[in-house]
Amino acid sequence: MNLWESVLVALEGLAANKLRSALTMLGVIIGVFAVIAMLAIAEGTRVQMMSSIQSMGTDVVMIFSGGGRRGGGGGPARGGFGSTQSLTLDDAYAIADDCPSVLAVAPEAGANAQVKYRSQNTNTQVLGTTADYPGVRNYKVASGKFFSNSDVRSSSRVAVIGYDTATELFAQLTPVGKDIRINGSRFRVIGVLAQKGSQGGFGNPDDQILIPVTTAMNRLFGLENVRMISARATASDTLTQAQEEITRLLRKRHRLASGAEDDFRIMTQTEFMSFANEAATIFSVLLGGVAALSLLVGGIGIMNIMLVSVTERTREIGIRMALGARRRDILLQFLVESVVLSLAGGGIGVLLGLLLVAWTGAFAAETLGSTPVVSTVSIVLSFSFSAAVGIIFGVYPALKAARLDPIDALRYE
Amino acid sequence: MISVRDLQKTYHMGDIAVRALKGVALEIGAGEFVAIMGPSGSGKSTFMNILGCLDKPTSGEYILDGFQVSGMSDDELAAIRNRRIGFVFQTFNLIPRRPAIKQVMLPMMYNPAAREVEACAVAALERVGLGARIHHRPNELSGGQQQRVAIARALVNNPAIILGDEPTGNLDTRTSEEIMAIFQELHAEGKTIIIVTHEEDIARHAQRIIRFKDGHIIVDEPVAARVAAREVLAKLPAEDEEEDA
Ligand SMILES: Nc1ncnc2c1ncn2[C@@H]1O[C@H](COP(=O)(O)OP(=O)(O)OP(=O)(O)O)[C@@H](O)[C@H]1O
Ligand SMILES: [Mg+2]
Repeated sequence: MNLWESVLVALEGLAANKLRSALTMLGVIIGVFAVIAMLAIAEGTRVQMMSSIQSMGTDVVMIFSGGGRRGGGGGPARGGFGSTQSLTLDDAYAIADDCPSVLAVAPEAGANAQVKYRSQNTNTQVLGTTADYPGVRNYKVASGKFFSNSDVRSSSRVAVIGYDTATELFAQLTPVGKDIRINGSRFRVIGVLAQKGSQGGFGNPDDQILIPVTTAMNRLFGLENVRMISARATASDTLTQAQEEITRLLRKRHRLASGAEDDFRIMTQTEFMSFANEAATIFSVLLGGVAALSLLVGGIGIMNIMLVSVTERTREIGIRMALGARRRDILLQFLVESVVLSLAGGGIGVLLGLLLVAWTGAFAAETLGSTPVVSTVSIVLSFSFSAAVGIIFGVYPALKAARLDPIDALRYE
Repeated sequence: MISVRDLQKTYHMGDIAVRALKGVALEIGAGEFVAIMGPSGSGKSTFMNILGCLDKPTSGEYILDGFQVSGMSDDELAAIRNRRIGFVFQTFNLIPRRPAIKQVMLPMMYNPAAREVEACAVAALERVGLGARIHHRPNELSGGQQQRVAIARALVNNPAIILGDEPTGNLDTRTSEEIMAIFQELHAEGKTIIIVTHEEDIARHAQRIIRFKDGHIIVDEPVAARVAAREVLAKLPAEDEEEDA
């Protein structure tokens, strides 16, 4: 009996018990469906993080305090690496002045604060920086203007607010020229940033308030150190050079002995991407793993029903053997049956997964901050996984059938 | 064609050993028509199952067409069941819910040499007079018709030997006679036929009767007055069973 005939026989066998076959398949359908949906969510998150990193530009590095080339482990969490706060505002100025390959520099120092406009209240991130921030971090000013270097020198109380913050505090009103209170101190709004769009993974770039770094450090929060420094190289191909210059300069300024580890860490877009990829992979594995578990449960369902089927059809097995079926023919028959069950379940699961992602994509984008993306890999993966489930959980019942003795099977009541 | 020597079969049920065959020796030539008789429990089915390669003897020799069957692998035994021997059971042993044609096609599914499977199946069904019932399922057929399907199935790979373990055991007199008529026709075509039966009338359709008792052969004799099923049928009061034989 060839494979095609075996498939036909298997289909016949399954059709003889339609409801039972459908219910068994349901286990696999749900499993595959879950794998597809979960991996789509994970993939969507990854795509989101990637595009947000992409917008950083290939010619920008970010310098965090805290050391260790790669050890330590953690990602670029807010507030920088480790506990040692080694970067100062002067470091930032020195980088701008003394590194020829660095075009512009934007330090960041700040904290979350209570912000008020009249009766409107919100808690948001207040970030101190310098006039070069929009240039380095690719922000545009939608209305009004960004603060100048003289604002920074004089620690003036001026603020540029993000798009979402503006909407939240001012609704329809024009924010520019209004006074807001940050932790009780009065600031004059001089500009509103253009919308960047929500970017998963790194907070909302449209919900923040930018003020001169000196104001933030000295007047508002009393900080000694900056959290990080962004630096834009003169061009993409001077990035490595800029990185080297910054390293040399900072090691000198921090008086690090030649053997000592850096007490800062320079991250490029590439490094962020590999971090994000790593995080996304862990996310996929976790979500996919949970979903795979349900596929496993589906597999157990298949095994259960195949065992029942083998017992029920013991006489049929005996008859087939009496008519010349070899053990391997019987093995193949039942194995094909379970694989057909799981593959059909897998196919339907994939379809349902695709449909769900298509229908709820917009909704998911709102709640998760990212649109789920079904990758070909996840389809191939879950499909072959369900085939594997069919084989693995089908082997034992099929072996049980094939090992029967013809005469015992024929006599079975 | 068939030669067995000192065939023994012992079943073990827990501590008890049941000796179903206690040393059977027998020669059956090609083209013979043999009936096996004997009281219940005398080992007839056990013997037939061994002849049909469905079961293996505990000891002794079984030579079929010059080949030692006793030492064969499971796959070789399957091939013998498929191509050299056709087995007909008392309980028909059709697969439920499958039309007659599918039942008859089954042995060919396991025969790589089989060609034009469907045509062969139809021909086999016509051969046993069921040309008009090829799409009927077992539950839509009478006992006699079911047994005909089983015979067609046993014939379809054209084996030289047909074995029947009480093939008429579940059938009434007339239907039994019809089945025996088919066996006699097959015998006339040159097939070797061995059947087990409890009825002398049925046994007398054969050429030779072998009597079992207690796991031994006690009588092996030719049939003196052989019965021709067609003649018996002609004498039986006609029934309006529409047959297309
Ligand atoms: N699978 C088995 N396990 C144990 N004992 C068995 C088995 N099959 C048959 N026997 C025993 O072997 C003996 C012969 O049985 P067998 O079926 O060959 O008898 P038989 O001649 O066919 O009888 P009947 O005319 O009633 O069909 C009996 O005593 C029976 O109980
Ligand atoms: Mg018997």
